[in-house]
Amino acid sequence: MARRYDSSTTTFSPEGRLHQVEYAIEAINNAGTCIGILASDGIVLATEKRSTSSLLAVPKTSDKTYPLSSHITCCVAGLTADANMLIDQARLRAGQYEYQYQHSIPVEQLVEHVCNYKHSYTQYGGLRPFGVSFLLAGWDPIHKYQLYQTDPSGNYSGWKATVIGSNNQAGKSLLKTEYGDESEGGTMPTINEALKLAIKVLNKTMDGTLASSEKVELLVLTRDEELDECVHKILSEVESQAIVQEVEKEAAAEAAATVVVS
Amino acid sequence: MDTVLGISFDGGVIVAADQTNARSILIYQHHLDKVAPLTSHSVLGCSGPNADFVNFSEYVAKNMALYEVTNDMKLSTNAQANFCRGTLAQALRKGPYQVNVLLGGWDETTGGTLYFMDYLAAMQKVNFGAQGYASNFCLSIFDKEWKANMTEEEALLVIDHCISELQERFLISQPNFMVKVVNKQGVRVVKQGADPVENS
Repeated sequence: MARRYDSSTTTFSPEGRLHQVEYAIEAINNAGTCIGILASDGIVLATEKRSTSSLLAVPKTSDKTYPLSSHITCCVAGLTADANMLIDQARLRAGQYEYQYQHSIPVEQLVEHVCNYKHSYTQYGGLRPFGVSFLLAGWDPIHKYQLYQTDPSGNYSGWKATVIGSNNQAGKSLLKTEYGDESEGGTMPTINEALKLAIKVLNKTMDGTLASSEKVELLVLTRDEELDECVHKILSEVESQAIVQEVEKEAAAEAAATVVVS
Repeated sequence: MDTVLGISFDGGVIVAADQTNARSILIYQHHLDKVAPLTSHSVLGCSGPNADFVNFSEYVAKNMALYEVTNDMKLSTNAQANFCRGTLAQALRKGPYQVNVLLGGWDETTGGTLYFMDYLAAMQKVNFGAQGYASNFCLSIFDKEWKANMTEEEALLVIDHCISELQERFLISQPNFMVKVVNKQGVRVVKQGADPVENS
């Protein structure tokens, strides 16, 4: 039934759905997982690096995580070529704002701009939507640390912790039980706790294989109060491996603890 | 011919301007308000032809309002000043705004700040300033009497001193002045020679 109404982005189906937009969202469920977690003193973005061949040259820059401005960074799930266009747009907008006002663009305004751009490809022009979802992490003086998720429809929402890409449902359900913050009676994780939680989630979403520093990229966004600027740090292999090992140790300790009951 | 004066104090700024609306040898009005409100906590004192003053100040004020309603937040005085300067700069090599302005505003983080901008889009943050011939008479008074962390009353006295000097020594008669204070509470008219509101 959908076949008559699904080849054009600008056509509603009789049930009131935009099939092309939905298909675009589906495309992202095959992409490498991205996790975003708000911590009390920063934001963690963790991504699954999918390497299709061992012959591929080692990339000099990340192909999952991209800085958009001095205070905002993002990670990508979906079609890389589509993402590159959107990242250019976002960087341009952030730069234009700074040129005009000599101030950093508030994070939500940049998110909205990217989303409005994505949305326009779902409403006119006869072009297909962008097959990309972003997790955007940023800091501004008004709302401090913020994490946003965007999808091909042009919708966005703010999150405390979320997952996009393959097995995101499994990831999200693990986050629901494990992410603690004040509203649930717990406390917001520190960056180190958030990093470990991200590895735990990746272990779950990565289909049987365990997260390791070659397969995973960890980025932390924090703020240097003295220099009055944001720090985007991608953990080195050694640092990532340390987190992975900490998680392994804790998992082993937990497993041992549950056995000793009898 | 227009006089625009500005001075910053601890907790705000004062922007004042004469109220004469004239061209060549003819005075049109004695009650023009040349200190245009920009936002709830900033004003733009403008000198220049009436058309440019109105065009420029309304364009900036309406863009500030658009930003606030779109983004549910206010722009800092510094951001507003850079927006103004950018507008002047872009128009300069197309169809310049022939205005010289003093932008004064208050915000939570920086307190009262004053920006001097001329029609060539040069901009400088200043403690005090004057546009027009008035600068020849008043800058020396500001230099002598401005101090860091002045009170609002002290700053008003300095403005009064400047206005007296102009009325005593400046060839062009400017009997009416509009004086506005911008502080935490917002924009407030402290003194006006004539009520700008039309009473026809």
